[in-house]
Amino acid sequence: MIRNIVRAALVTLGLTVTSVSAEEAFIVVQSTTSTQNSGLLDYILPGFEAETGIDVRVVAVGTGQAIRNAINGDGDVLLVHAKQAEEQFVADGWGVERFDVMYNDFVLVGPESDPAKVKDGTDIVVALRAVAEAEAPFASRGDDSGTHKAEMRLWSAAGADPTEASGEWYRETGSGMGATLNVASGMDAYALTDRATWQSFGNKGKLEVLVEGDPRLFNQYGVILVNPEKHPRVRAAAGQRFVDWLIGPDGQAAIESYKLEGQQLFFPNAK
Amino acid sequence: MQGFASEFNSAVSLVLRGDAELWAIVLLSLKVSIFAVLISALIGMPVGAALAVARFPGRRALIVLMNALMGFPPVVVGLLVYLILSRSGPLGVLELLYTPTAMIIAQVVLVTPIVAALTRQVVEMLAEEYSEQLRSLGVSRLASVPVLLWDARLALVTALLAGFGRAIAEVGAVIIVGGNINHVTRVMTTAIALETSKGNLALALALGAILIGIAVAVNALVSTLSLRADQEGLRHA
Repeated sequence: MIRNIVRAALVTLGLTVTSVSAEEAFIVVQSTTSTQNSGLLDYILPGFEAETGIDVRVVAVGTGQAIRNAINGDGDVLLVHAKQAEEQFVADGWGVERFDVMYNDFVLVGPESDPAKVKDGTDIVVALRAVAEAEAPFASRGDDSGTHKAEMRLWSAAGADPTEASGEWYRETGSGMGATLNVASGMDAYALTDRATWQSFGNKGKLEVLVEGDPRLFNQYGVILVNPEKHPRVRAAAGQRFVDWLIGPDGQAAIESYKLEGQQLFFPNAK
Repeated sequence: MQGFASEFNSAVSLVLRGDAELWAIVLLSLKVSIFAVLISALIGMPVGAALAVARFPGRRALIVLMNALMGFPPVVVGLLVYLILSRSGPLGVLELLYTPTAMIIAQVVLVTPIVAALTRQVVEMLAEEYSEQLRSLGVSRLASVPVLLWDARLALVTALLAGFGRAIAEVGAVIIVGGNINHVTRVMTTAIALETSKGNLALALALGAILIGIAVAVNALVSTLSLRADQEGLRHA
Protein backbone atom coordinates (compact mmCIF):
# COMPACT_ATOMS: atom_id res chain seq x y z
CA MET A 1 0.00 0.00 0.00
CA ILE A 2 2.60 2.48 1.15
CA ARG A 3 4.89 1.29 -1.60
CA ASN A 4 2.13 1.95 -4.15
CA ILE A 5 1.60 5.47 -2.86
CA VAL A 6 5.31 6.19 -2.96
CA ARG A 7 5.48 4.75 -6.42
CA ALA A 8 2.54 6.82 -7.67
CA ALA A 9 4.06 9.97 -6.19
CA LEU A 10 7.44 9.31 -7.72
CA VAL A 11 5.98 8.41 -11.10
CA THR A 12 3.89 11.58 -11.12
CA LEU A 13 6.98 13.54 -10.25
CA GLY A 14 8.93 11.78 -12.98
CA LEU A 15 6.25 12.53 -15.55
CA THR A 16 6.04 16.17 -14.61
CA VAL A 17 9.73 16.53 -15.05
CA THR A 18 10.33 14.53 -18.19
CA SER A 19 7.02 14.44 -20.01
CA VAL A 20 8.25 11.08 -21.32
CA SER A 21 5.33 8.68 -21.37
CA ALA A 22 5.67 5.47 -19.41
CA GLU A 23 4.55 3.42 -22.39
CA GLU A 24 7.36 4.56 -24.62
CA ALA A 25 9.68 1.67 -25.43
CA PHE A 26 13.32 2.15 -24.59
CA ILE A 27 16.39 0.19 -23.62
CA VAL A 28 19.42 1.14 -21.57
CA VAL A 29 22.75 0.28 -23.15
CA GLN A 30 25.79 0.20 -20.90
CA SER A 31 28.66 1.19 -23.16
CA THR A 32 32.09 2.75 -23.22
CA THR A 33 33.14 6.34 -23.63
CA SER A 34 34.89 5.59 -26.95
CA THR A 35 31.65 4.67 -28.74
CA GLN A 36 29.97 7.84 -27.48
CA ASN A 37 32.79 10.40 -27.58
CA SER A 38 33.69 9.42 -31.14
CA GLY A 39 30.14 10.22 -32.24
CA LEU A 40 29.51 6.68 -33.51
CA LEU A 41 26.40 6.02 -31.43
CA ASP A 42 24.88 9.42 -32.23
CA TYR A 43 25.37 8.52 -35.88
CA ILE A 44 24.03 4.96 -35.99
CA LEU A 45 21.29 4.96 -33.33
CA PRO A 46 18.71 7.17 -35.11
CA GLY A 47 18.51 4.51 -37.85
CA PHE A 48 17.62 1.80 -35.33
CA GLU A 49 15.23 4.06 -33.44
CA ALA A 50 13.38 5.05 -36.60
CA GLU A 51 13.09 1.45 -37.74
CA THR A 52 11.88 -0.03 -34.44
CA GLY A 53 10.50 2.85 -32.39
CA ILE A 54 12.78 1.75 -29.57
CA ASP A 55 14.64 4.60 -27.91
CA VAL A 56 18.23 3.69 -27.03
CA ARG A 57 19.51 5.32 -23.82
CA VAL A 58 23.27 5.09 -23.64
CA VAL A 59 25.19 5.21 -20.37
CA ALA A 60 28.81 5.73 -21.40
CA VAL A 61 31.35 4.72 -18.75
CA GLY A 62 34.55 2.66 -18.69
CA THR A 63 34.21 -1.02 -19.65
CA GLY A 64 34.87 -2.17 -16.06
CA GLN A 65 32.11 0.02 -14.67
CA ALA A 66 29.75 -0.84 -17.55
CA ILE A 67 30.16 -4.55 -16.77
CA ARG A 68 29.57 -3.98 -13.05
CA ASN A 69 26.46 -1.91 -13.78
CA ALA A 70 25.19 -4.67 -16.07
CA ILE A 71 25.82 -7.28 -13.36
CA ASN A 72 23.61 -5.15 -11.08
CA GLY A 73 20.96 -5.33 -13.79
CA ASP A 74 21.17 -1.63 -14.58
CA GLY A 75 21.19 -2.05 -18.32
CA ASP A 76 19.60 -4.25 -20.94
CA VAL A 77 22.51 -4.49 -23.36
CA LEU A 78 26.28 -4.31 -22.86
CA LEU A 79 28.45 -2.87 -25.67
CA VAL A 80 32.10 -2.83 -24.58
CA HIS A 81 35.64 -3.77 -25.57
CA ALA A 82 37.37 -6.25 -23.27
CA LYS A 83 36.84 -9.71 -24.77
CA GLN A 84 38.15 -11.69 -21.81
CA ALA A 85 36.00 -9.84 -19.29
CA GLU A 86 32.99 -10.09 -21.62
CA GLU A 87 33.40 -13.86 -21.95
CA GLN A 88 33.69 -14.08 -18.17
CA PHE A 89 30.48 -12.03 -17.87
CA VAL A 90 28.65 -14.56 -20.06
CA ALA A 91 30.28 -17.58 -18.39
CA ASP A 92 29.09 -16.32 -15.00
CA GLY A 93 25.55 -16.25 -16.35
CA TRP A 94 25.10 -12.46 -16.38
CA GLY A 95 24.89 -12.28 -20.16
CA VAL A 96 23.05 -14.43 -22.70
CA GLU A 97 25.61 -14.61 -25.51
CA ARG A 98 28.52 -12.51 -26.75
CA PHE A 99 28.82 -11.37 -30.38
CA ASP A 100 31.66 -9.60 -32.15
CA VAL A 101 30.46 -6.24 -33.48
CA MET A 102 33.39 -4.23 -34.80
CA TYR A 103 37.01 -3.45 -34.23
CA ASN A 104 39.53 -0.67 -34.46
CA ASP A 105 42.93 -0.31 -32.90
CA PHE A 106 44.81 1.32 -30.08
CA VAL A 107 47.59 3.80 -30.76
CA LEU A 108 50.39 5.13 -28.58
CA VAL A 109 50.30 8.91 -28.56
CA GLY A 110 52.97 11.14 -27.10
CA PRO A 111 54.59 14.56 -27.32
CA GLU A 112 56.36 15.74 -30.49
CA SER A 113 59.58 15.99 -28.44
CA ASP A 114 59.36 12.20 -27.93
CA PRO A 115 61.84 11.81 -25.03
CA ALA A 116 61.69 7.98 -25.23
CA LYS A 117 62.45 8.01 -29.00
CA VAL A 118 59.64 5.69 -30.01
CA LYS A 119 58.31 7.58 -33.05
CA ASP A 120 57.44 5.53 -36.16
CA GLY A 121 57.91 2.31 -34.26
CA THR A 122 55.61 -0.60 -35.08
CA ASP A 123 56.38 -2.73 -32.03
CA ILE A 124 54.32 -1.50 -29.09
CA VAL A 125 56.18 -3.70 -26.58
CA VAL A 126 59.56 -2.27 -27.57
CA ALA A 127 58.09 1.22 -27.39
CA LEU A 128 56.65 0.75 -23.90
CA ARG A 129 59.96 -0.68 -22.70
CA ALA A 130 61.68 2.45 -24.04
CA VAL A 131 59.17 4.70 -22.23
CA ALA A 132 59.78 2.82 -18.97
CA GLU A 133 63.57 3.01 -19.39
CA ALA A 134 63.45 6.72 -20.16
CA GLU A 135 61.03 7.17 -17.25
CA ALA A 136 59.12 9.48 -19.56
CA PRO A 137 55.73 10.72 -18.29
CA PHE A 138 52.94 8.27 -19.15
CA ALA A 139 49.25 8.94 -18.47
CA SER A 140 47.28 5.78 -17.80
CA ARG A 141 43.51 5.36 -17.45
CA GLY A 142 43.99 3.38 -14.25
CA ASP A 143 40.24 2.69 -14.16
CA ASP A 144 39.83 -0.97 -15.13
CA SER A 145 38.41 0.07 -18.51
CA GLY A 146 38.90 -1.90 -21.71
CA THR A 147 41.75 0.39 -22.72
CA HIS A 148 43.34 0.10 -19.28
CA LYS A 149 43.13 -3.69 -19.40
CA ALA A 150 44.78 -3.65 -22.85
CA GLU A 151 47.48 -1.31 -21.59
CA MET A 152 48.25 -3.55 -18.61
CA ARG A 153 48.49 -6.60 -20.91
CA LEU A 154 51.01 -4.74 -23.08
CA TRP A 155 53.09 -3.64 -20.09
CA SER A 156 53.29 -7.19 -18.86
CA ALA A 157 54.33 -8.33 -22.37
CA ALA A 158 57.06 -5.69 -22.11
CA GLY A 159 58.17 -7.22 -18.82
CA ALA A 160 57.64 -3.93 -17.00
CA ASP A 161 55.51 -3.04 -14.00
CA PRO A 162 54.87 0.71 -14.33
CA THR A 163 52.67 0.81 -11.23
CA GLU A 164 55.90 0.70 -9.20
CA ALA A 165 56.51 4.21 -10.56
CA SER A 166 52.95 5.31 -9.83
CA GLY A 167 52.89 8.97 -8.92
CA GLU A 168 56.32 9.47 -10.48
CA TRP A 169 56.55 9.17 -14.27
CA TYR A 170 53.54 6.82 -14.39
CA ARG A 171 50.33 8.77 -13.77
CA GLU A 172 47.09 6.86 -13.20
CA THR A 173 44.25 9.31 -13.79
CA GLY A 174 41.46 6.96 -12.76
CA SER A 175 39.18 8.61 -15.30
CA GLY A 176 37.87 8.31 -18.84
CA MET A 177 39.86 8.32 -22.07
CA GLY A 178 39.18 11.98 -22.85
CA ALA A 179 40.10 13.11 -19.34
CA THR A 180 43.29 11.06 -19.54
CA LEU A 181 44.18 12.59 -22.91
CA ASN A 182 43.60 16.04 -21.38
CA VAL A 183 46.15 15.09 -18.70
CA ALA A 184 48.60 13.76 -21.28
CA SER A 185 48.17 16.90 -23.38
CA GLY A 186 48.71 19.10 -20.33
CA MET A 187 51.92 17.41 -19.17
CA ASP A 188 53.33 16.18 -22.50
CA ALA A 189 52.93 12.57 -21.50
CA TYR A 190 52.58 9.36 -23.49
CA ALA A 191 49.24 7.58 -23.43
CA LEU A 192 47.59 4.54 -24.95
CA THR A 193 44.24 5.41 -26.54
CA ASP A 194 41.72 3.86 -28.89
CA ARG A 195 41.94 5.47 -32.29
CA ALA A 196 38.29 6.59 -32.37
CA THR A 197 38.57 8.71 -29.23
CA TRP A 198 41.89 10.09 -30.40
CA GLN A 199 40.54 11.02 -33.83
CA SER A 200 37.61 12.94 -32.36
CA PHE A 201 39.53 14.47 -29.46
CA GLY A 202 39.66 18.25 -29.63
CA ASN A 203 42.55 19.12 -27.28
CA LYS A 204 45.48 17.27 -28.86
CA GLY A 205 47.95 20.05 -28.07
CA LYS A 206 51.48 18.85 -28.87
CA LEU A 207 50.50 15.20 -28.87
CA GLU A 208 50.68 13.01 -31.97
CA VAL A 209 50.40 9.33 -32.85
CA LEU A 210 53.84 7.76 -32.39
CA VAL A 211 53.29 4.00 -32.54
CA GLU A 212 50.57 2.18 -34.50
CA GLY A 213 50.01 -0.90 -36.61
CA ASP A 214 51.18 -3.59 -34.16
CA PRO A 215 48.72 -6.55 -34.29
CA ARG A 216 48.74 -6.52 -30.49
CA LEU A 217 46.99 -3.14 -30.65
CA PHE A 218 43.85 -4.78 -32.06
CA ASN A 219 40.71 -3.57 -30.27
CA GLN A 220 37.60 -5.74 -30.54
CA TYR A 221 34.12 -4.61 -29.48
CA GLY A 222 31.42 -7.06 -28.44
CA VAL A 223 27.71 -6.87 -27.66
CA ILE A 224 25.82 -8.93 -25.06
CA LEU A 225 22.18 -9.05 -23.97
CA VAL A 226 21.97 -8.95 -20.17
CA ASN A 227 20.49 -12.24 -18.96
CA PRO A 228 16.77 -11.85 -18.12
CA GLU A 229 17.00 -15.02 -16.02
CA LYS A 230 19.25 -13.12 -13.61
CA HIS A 231 17.34 -9.86 -13.82
CA PRO A 232 13.69 -10.39 -14.78
CA ARG A 233 13.16 -6.67 -15.43
CA VAL A 234 15.65 -6.66 -18.32
CA ARG A 235 13.84 -5.52 -21.45
CA ALA A 236 14.88 -8.69 -23.24
CA ALA A 237 12.78 -8.47 -26.41
CA ALA A 238 13.76 -4.89 -27.22
CA GLY A 239 17.37 -5.55 -26.17
CA GLN A 240 17.54 -8.61 -28.42
CA ARG A 241 16.25 -6.56 -31.36
CA PHE A 242 19.06 -4.10 -30.81
CA VAL A 243 21.68 -6.85 -30.64
CA ASP A 244 20.28 -8.45 -33.81
CA TRP A 245 20.23 -5.11 -35.62
CA LEU A 246 23.78 -4.22 -34.57
CA ILE A 247 25.28 -7.49 -35.83
CA GLY A 248 22.92 -7.67 -38.83
CA PRO A 249 23.42 -6.06 -42.26
CA ASP A 250 21.81 -2.70 -41.38
CA GLY A 251 23.80 -2.10 -38.21
CA GLN A 252 27.03 -3.28 -39.79
CA ALA A 253 26.50 -1.02 -42.79
CA ALA A 254 25.80 1.93 -40.51
CA ILE A 255 29.06 1.33 -38.59
CA GLU A 256 30.96 0.98 -41.87
CA SER A 257 29.65 4.30 -43.20
CA TYR A 258 30.56 6.40 -40.12
CA LYS A 259 33.49 8.63 -40.96
CA LEU A 260 35.11 11.50 -39.13
CA GLU A 261 37.14 13.90 -41.25
CA GLY A 262 37.06 11.31 -44.02
CA GLN A 263 38.48 8.56 -41.85
CA GLN A 264 36.61 5.40 -40.89
CA LEU A 265 36.80 4.86 -37.10
CA PHE A 266 35.19 1.46 -36.58
CA PHE A 267 35.33 -1.64 -38.80
CA PRO A 268 32.32 -3.98 -38.62
CA ASN A 269 33.23 -7.66 -38.22
CA ALA A 270 30.16 -9.50 -36.95
CA LYS A 271 30.15 -13.11 -38.10
CA MET B 1 45.45 31.70 -26.36
CA GLN B 2 44.21 33.85 -29.29
CA GLY B 3 42.76 30.76 -30.97
CA PHE B 4 41.08 29.67 -27.77
CA ALA B 5 39.40 33.06 -27.30
CA SER B 6 37.86 33.03 -30.77
CA GLU B 7 36.87 29.40 -30.32
CA PHE B 8 35.19 30.35 -27.05
CA ASN B 9 33.34 33.23 -28.70
CA SER B 10 32.05 31.05 -31.49
CA ALA B 11 30.98 28.41 -28.97
CA VAL B 12 29.05 31.03 -26.97
CA SER B 13 27.30 32.38 -30.04
CA LEU B 14 26.58 28.84 -31.17
CA VAL B 15 24.86 27.96 -27.93
CA LEU B 16 23.05 31.29 -27.69
CA ARG B 17 21.71 31.08 -31.24
CA GLY B 18 18.79 29.16 -29.79
CA ASP B 19 20.10 25.65 -30.23
CA ALA B 20 17.03 23.56 -29.27
CA GLU B 21 19.11 20.76 -27.81
CA LEU B 22 21.01 23.13 -25.56
CA TRP B 23 17.87 24.76 -24.25
CA ALA B 24 16.37 21.37 -23.49
CA ILE B 25 19.45 20.68 -21.37
CA VAL B 26 19.20 24.05 -19.61
CA LEU B 27 15.50 23.49 -18.94
CA LEU B 28 16.10 20.02 -17.50
CA SER B 29 18.84 21.41 -15.23
CA LEU B 30 16.44 24.02 -13.92
CA LYS B 31 13.54 21.61 -13.49
CA VAL B 32 15.57 19.02 -11.61
CA SER B 33 17.22 21.52 -9.28
CA ILE B 34 14.08 23.59 -8.60
CA PHE B 35 12.10 20.45 -7.81
CA ALA B 36 14.89 19.26 -5.54
CA VAL B 37 15.01 22.58 -3.69
CA LEU B 38 11.21 22.68 -3.22
CA ILE B 39 11.17 19.17 -1.77
CA SER B 40 14.17 19.99 0.40
CA ALA B 41 12.30 23.05 1.69
CA LEU B 42 9.27 20.95 2.61
CA ILE B 43 11.49 18.58 4.58
CA GLY B 44 14.30 20.82 5.74
CA MET B 45 12.42 23.87 7.02
CA PRO B 46 10.14 22.09 9.50
CA VAL B 47 13.00 19.87 10.65
CA GLY B 48 15.35 22.84 11.07
CA ALA B 49 12.74 24.92 12.90
CA ALA B 50 11.78 22.04 15.17
CA LEU B 51 15.43 21.52 16.05
CA ALA B 52 15.70 25.22 16.84
CA VAL B 53 12.85 25.31 19.37
CA ALA B 54 12.57 21.78 20.73
CA ARG B 55 14.66 20.62 23.67
CA PHE B 56 15.51 16.93 23.93
CA PRO B 57 18.53 14.77 24.69
CA GLY B 58 20.83 14.37 21.68
CA ARG B 59 19.69 17.64 20.13
CA ARG B 60 23.21 19.10 20.02
CA ALA B 61 24.55 15.93 18.42
CA LEU B 62 21.80 16.07 15.81
CA ILE B 63 22.67 19.67 14.99
CA VAL B 64 26.35 18.80 14.62
CA LEU B 65 25.43 15.90 12.35
CA MET B 66 23.16 18.10 10.24
CA ASN B 67 25.82 20.75 9.89
CA ALA B 68 28.36 18.10 8.88
CA LEU B 69 25.98 16.71 6.25
CA MET B 70 26.15 20.07 4.47
CA GLY B 71 29.56 18.86 3.28
CA PHE B 72 28.36 15.40 2.21
CA PRO B 73 30.44 14.53 -0.91
CA PRO B 74 28.11 14.42 -3.94
CA VAL B 75 29.86 11.34 -5.34
CA VAL B 76 29.06 9.41 -2.16
CA VAL B 77 25.44 10.56 -2.30
CA GLY B 78 25.31 9.47 -5.94
CA LEU B 79 26.72 6.09 -5.04
CA LEU B 80 24.25 5.56 -2.18
CA VAL B 81 21.27 6.57 -4.32
CA TYR B 82 22.58 4.34 -7.13
CA LEU B 83 22.83 1.34 -4.79
CA ILE B 84 19.28 1.94 -3.55
CA LEU B 85 17.71 2.49 -6.98
CA SER B 86 19.72 -0.16 -8.86
CA ARG B 87 17.71 -3.13 -10.15
CA SER B 88 19.54 -5.21 -7.57
CA GLY B 89 18.91 -2.61 -4.85
CA PRO B 90 15.99 -2.34 -2.42
CA LEU B 91 13.98 0.09 -4.57
CA GLY B 92 14.97 -1.43 -7.93
CA VAL B 93 11.34 -2.32 -8.73
CA LEU B 94 10.53 1.37 -9.07
CA GLU B 95 12.76 1.54 -12.19
CA LEU B 96 13.92 5.02 -11.30
CA LEU B 97 17.63 4.71 -12.05
CA TYR B 98 18.74 6.82 -15.03
CA THR B 99 15.67 9.07 -14.82
CA PRO B 100 15.36 12.73 -13.79
CA THR B 101 13.52 11.56 -10.67
CA ALA B 102 16.67 9.75 -9.53
CA MET B 103 18.61 12.98 -10.01
CA ILE B 104 16.04 14.90 -7.95
CA ILE B 105 16.32 12.33 -5.15
CA ALA B 106 20.12 12.67 -5.08
CA GLN B 107 19.91 16.46 -5.02
CA VAL B 108 17.29 16.40 -2.25
CA VAL B 109 19.74 14.40 -0.14
CA LEU B 110 22.42 17.02 -0.86
CA VAL B 111 20.26 20.12 -0.37
CA THR B 112 18.05 19.19 2.60
CA PRO B 113 20.86 19.42 5.21
CA ILE B 114 21.74 22.91 3.95
CA VAL B 115 18.16 24.14 4.18
CA ALA B 116 17.64 22.48 7.56
CA ALA B 117 20.88 23.75 9.09
CA LEU B 118 20.40 27.34 7.91
CA THR B 119 16.74 27.30 8.98
CA ARG B 120 17.74 26.03 12.41
CA GLN B 121 20.18 28.88 12.84
CA VAL B 122 17.78 31.63 11.74
CA VAL B 123 14.81 30.32 13.71
CA GLU B 124 16.85 29.78 16.86
CA MET B 125 17.90 33.44 16.85
CA LEU B 126 14.33 34.61 16.31
CA ALA B 127 13.01 32.28 18.98
CA GLU B 128 15.37 33.78 21.53
CA GLU B 129 14.39 37.28 20.47
CA TYR B 130 10.67 36.60 20.82
CA SER B 131 10.77 34.10 23.67
CA GLU B 132 9.11 36.36 26.22
CA GLN B 133 6.38 37.53 23.89
CA LEU B 134 5.58 34.00 22.81
CA ARG B 135 5.52 32.81 26.40
CA SER B 136 3.22 35.66 27.49
CA LEU B 137 0.84 34.72 24.67
CA GLY B 138 0.90 31.17 25.96
CA VAL B 139 2.22 29.70 22.69
CA SER B 140 4.04 26.40 23.14
CA ARG B 141 7.50 25.97 21.65
CA LEU B 142 6.45 23.71 18.78
CA ALA B 143 3.32 25.74 18.06
CA SER B 144 5.49 28.79 17.53
CA VAL B 145 7.27 27.10 14.59
CA PRO B 146 4.94 28.37 11.81
CA VAL B 147 5.02 31.93 13.17
CA LEU B 148 8.79 31.90 13.43
CA LEU B 149 9.20 30.42 9.94
CA TRP B 150 6.93 33.12 8.52
CA ASP B 151 8.85 35.81 10.30
CA ALA B 152 12.14 34.38 9.03
CA ARG B 153 10.94 34.06 5.43
CA LEU B 154 13.42 36.48 3.92
CA ALA B 155 16.40 34.80 5.54
CA LEU B 156 14.97 31.44 4.48
CA VAL B 157 14.95 32.54 0.84
CA THR B 158 18.71 32.85 1.14
CA ALA B 159 18.84 29.34 2.57
CA LEU B 160 16.91 28.06 -0.45
CA LEU B 161 19.21 29.91 -2.82
CA ALA B 162 22.22 28.33 -1.13
CA GLY B 163 20.56 24.96 -1.66
CA PHE B 164 19.78 25.77 -5.28
CA GLY B 165 23.40 26.78 -5.83
CA ARG B 166 24.60 23.43 -4.55
CA ALA B 167 22.03 21.53 -6.64
CA ILE B 168 22.51 23.23 -10.01
CA ALA B 169 26.33 23.18 -9.82
CA GLU B 170 26.61 19.56 -8.76
CA VAL B 171 27.90 16.88 -11.14
CA GLY B 172 29.23 13.95 -9.10
CA ALA B 173 25.87 12.61 -7.96
CA VAL B 174 23.71 13.27 -11.02
CA ILE B 175 26.17 11.69 -13.44
CA ILE B 176 26.03 8.41 -11.47
CA VAL B 177 22.26 8.20 -10.94
CA GLY B 178 21.26 9.96 -14.17
CA GLY B 179 23.83 8.35 -16.45
CA ASN B 180 24.20 11.52 -18.57
CA ILE B 181 21.83 10.05 -21.17
CA ASN B 182 21.28 12.30 -24.16
CA HIS B 183 17.76 13.83 -24.25
CA VAL B 184 16.82 12.07 -21.00
CA THR B 185 19.13 12.92 -18.13
CA ARG B 186 21.80 15.20 -19.59
CA VAL B 187 22.00 18.44 -17.63
CA MET B 188 24.38 21.41 -17.83
CA THR B 189 27.05 19.99 -15.53
CA THR B 190 27.14 16.54 -17.08
CA ALA B 191 27.20 18.10 -20.55
CA ILE B 192 30.20 20.18 -19.45
CA ALA B 193 31.93 17.04 -18.15
CA LEU B 194 31.23 15.29 -21.45
CA GLU B 195 32.54 18.12 -23.63
CA THR B 196 35.65 18.36 -21.44
CA SER B 197 36.30 14.66 -21.92
CA LYS B 198 35.93 15.12 -25.68
CA GLY B 199 38.62 17.79 -25.47
CA ASN B 200 36.15 20.48 -26.60
CA LEU B 201 37.39 22.83 -23.89
CA ALA B 202 36.04 26.05 -25.42
CA LEU B 203 32.55 24.60 -25.77
CA ALA B 204 32.72 23.25 -22.21
CA LEU B 205 33.71 26.68 -20.93
CA ALA B 206 30.93 28.34 -22.93
CA LEU B 207 28.41 25.97 -21.35
CA GLY B 208 29.91 26.86 -17.96
CA ALA B 209 29.42 30.56 -18.70
CA ILE B 210 25.76 29.91 -19.47
CA LEU B 211 25.36 27.94 -16.25
CA ILE B 212 26.77 30.86 -14.29
CA GLY B 213 24.44 33.20 -16.18
CA ILE B 214 21.47 31.08 -15.17
CA ALA B 215 22.56 31.06 -11.55
CA VAL B 216 22.88 34.85 -11.59
CA ALA B 217 19.46 35.21 -13.24
CA VAL B 218 17.75 32.96 -10.70
CA ASN B 219 19.37 34.79 -7.79
CA ALA B 220 18.47 38.20 -9.22
CA LEU B 221 14.89 37.13 -9.78
CA VAL B 222 14.48 35.76 -6.27
CA SER B 223 16.15 38.78 -4.72
CA THR B 224 13.82 41.15 -6.63
CA LEU B 225 10.79 39.15 -5.60
CA SER B 226 11.74 38.99 -1.95
CA LEU B 227 12.58 42.70 -1.89
CA ARG B 228 9.15 43.47 -3.30
CA ALA B 229 7.52 41.14 -0.78
CA ASP B 230 9.44 42.90 1.97
CA GLN B 231 8.24 46.36 0.93
CA GLU B 232 4.73 45.00 0.55
CA GLY B 233 4.97 43.64 4.07
CA LEU B 234 6.15 46.99 5.44
CA ARG B 235 3.27 48.78 3.77
CA HIS B 236 0.76 46.44 5.36
CA ALA B 237 2.45 46.76 8.71
